[in-house]
Amino acid sequence: MPGRVAGKVAFITGAARGQGRSHAIRLAEEGADIIAVDVCQDIPGVPYPGATEADLAQTAKAVEALDRRIVTAQADVRDYAGLKAALDDGVAQLGRLDIVSANAGIGTSPHLAAEMAEDTWRDMIDINLTGVWHTAKAAIPHLRAAHGGALILTSSAAGLMAYPNIAHYVSAKHGVVGLMRTLALELAPDMIRVNSIHPTQVDTPMIQNEATYRLFRPDLDHPTRADFEPASQQMNALPIPWVDPVDISNAVLFLASDEARYITGVALPVDAGCLIK
Amino acid sequence: MTGRVQGKVAFITGAARGQGRSHAIRLAEEGADIIAVDICRDYPTVGYGLATEADLAQTVKDVEALDRRIIAAQADVRDAAALKRVVDDAVAQLGHLDIVCANAGICTVQAWDEVTPDVWRDTLDTNLTGVWNTMVAAAPHLIAAGGGSIICTSSTAGIKGLPFLAPYVAAKHGVVGIARTMANELAQHKIRVNTVHPTGVNTPMVEGLGGLDPLINRDPNLGPIFMNTLPVQSVEARDISNAVLFLASDEAQYVTGLEFTVDAGNTIR
Repeated sequence: MPGRVAGKVAFITGAARGQGRSHAIRLAEEGADIIAVDVCQDIPGVPYPGATEADLAQTAKAVEALDRRIVTAQADVRDYAGLKAALDDGVAQLGRLDIVSANAGIGTSPHLAAEMAEDTWRDMIDINLTGVWHTAKAAIPHLRAAHGGALILTSSAAGLMAYPNIAHYVSAKHGVVGLMRTLALELAPDMIRVNSIHPTQVDTPMIQNEATYRLFRPDLDHPTRADFEPASQQMNALPIPWVDPVDISNAVLFLASDEARYITGVALPVDAGCLIK
Repeated sequence: MTGRVQGKVAFITGAARGQGRSHAIRLAEEGADIIAVDICRDYPTVGYGLATEADLAQTVKDVEALDRRIIAAQADVRDAAALKRVVDDAVAQLGHLDIVCANAGICTVQAWDEVTPDVWRDTLDTNLTGVWNTMVAAAPHLIAAGGGSIICTSSTAGIKGLPFLAPYVAAKHGVVGIARTMANELAQHKIRVNTVHPTGVNTPMVEGLGGLDPLINRDPNLGPIFMNTLPVQSVEARDISNAVLFLASDEAQYVTGLEFTVDAGNTIR
């Protein structure tokens, strides 16, 4: 049985670990070749370590173990020229582009909007919003050349609902929805579909760190994963604290596949119902 | 390779033809057994012919050709007691229930001042109360199964105020309300509730509509409301079934409370 995205090529940002690596593996399992980029460095002010070159190499290994091709590159979504060069090179090697997962993003420590440092605000918007635009901008010519495709932008439950203490994150992720809707209108004549995904907490390094624990448990000095768990579950309607990266990947896969050929402009929550509570 | 809903049982209303039959086939292709109901009778208020017993028999044949079991019954979603009897009996035979497609619906076209009390009542009774009756009949079985997925068929008319379809729009908006409430109430049982919102689907119901163009000609400003963003006039029943399959499968195990448009971008214009 051919895979659900057999013969397609997918470009994934933030692909060294977490959701990005999971998307690469899930799409490869269903027959796609992968162009994987990641900045592979720490971001100053971000309260957990960034992915590493070893992480990106591990993604490559995992995809190759599925007998799919993968081209990897270190690239920063803030650097349009560098990102474009990496993608153009990947497409030159793999022949085409059909699927884009604009996934790269950073988390944050809690800051009140009124007291947030300029750098904290700017880095967030540059990576989580402008980085998504750069990704789309670099990819659109290739999708047009393929006569269609699917752009999947990773937003967040915080892209549809506000949460205190993370104004920059909420603003960037809401901005992704506006970008998604505009791109869906502009690219429809080319049969390029654009949708966004809105996860609740996902069990990855971006969430599983003390800064997030403190955001959810300001009552404790050194909250742990176990302290975070009930607070996180309280957000969701379904009785679970968080979802796994593969749950997001399954939604990406569906939107990327031809089964969703007429689905565009959708903000798809994979959120255990946190938005309807 | 096992199917994406292997071993599950799906209850589908309005299953004799159109989207309902397509859902039955798509879910059966991926390993589900089917409980299929349809009224198989015309409505005096609906200007096109509804499905027949022969149509329902064809759905049975199609599912059986895929080597899946199917139990079919004539039932009216407006009759809560009858619906419950059918579901209880079929679940007793097939063993459990995991997936519900509240799909049965009717649609008529008319300007607001041409909506008769009978049209209003039949549309609301079928498209809104019928969805409620379907959920109420099915939910106890999903709770008994330790979880499940309910997919309610709404419409772009469940999101936008499409002109000349007032009772249909009211019912389809109402479906979203029921789905959101039930998503909250049933979450503790690991039951997910989502809605799908098709644009025009190439089925007998939409073919049967007609009559829209003369109404739009009275006020051409209203024409673009019906247009899609992607360069397609309508979608196929199977496109909706693929979304239903995703929501029904464990791949969507944490997706609930979603209004899932399969609308070629109709609602973002």
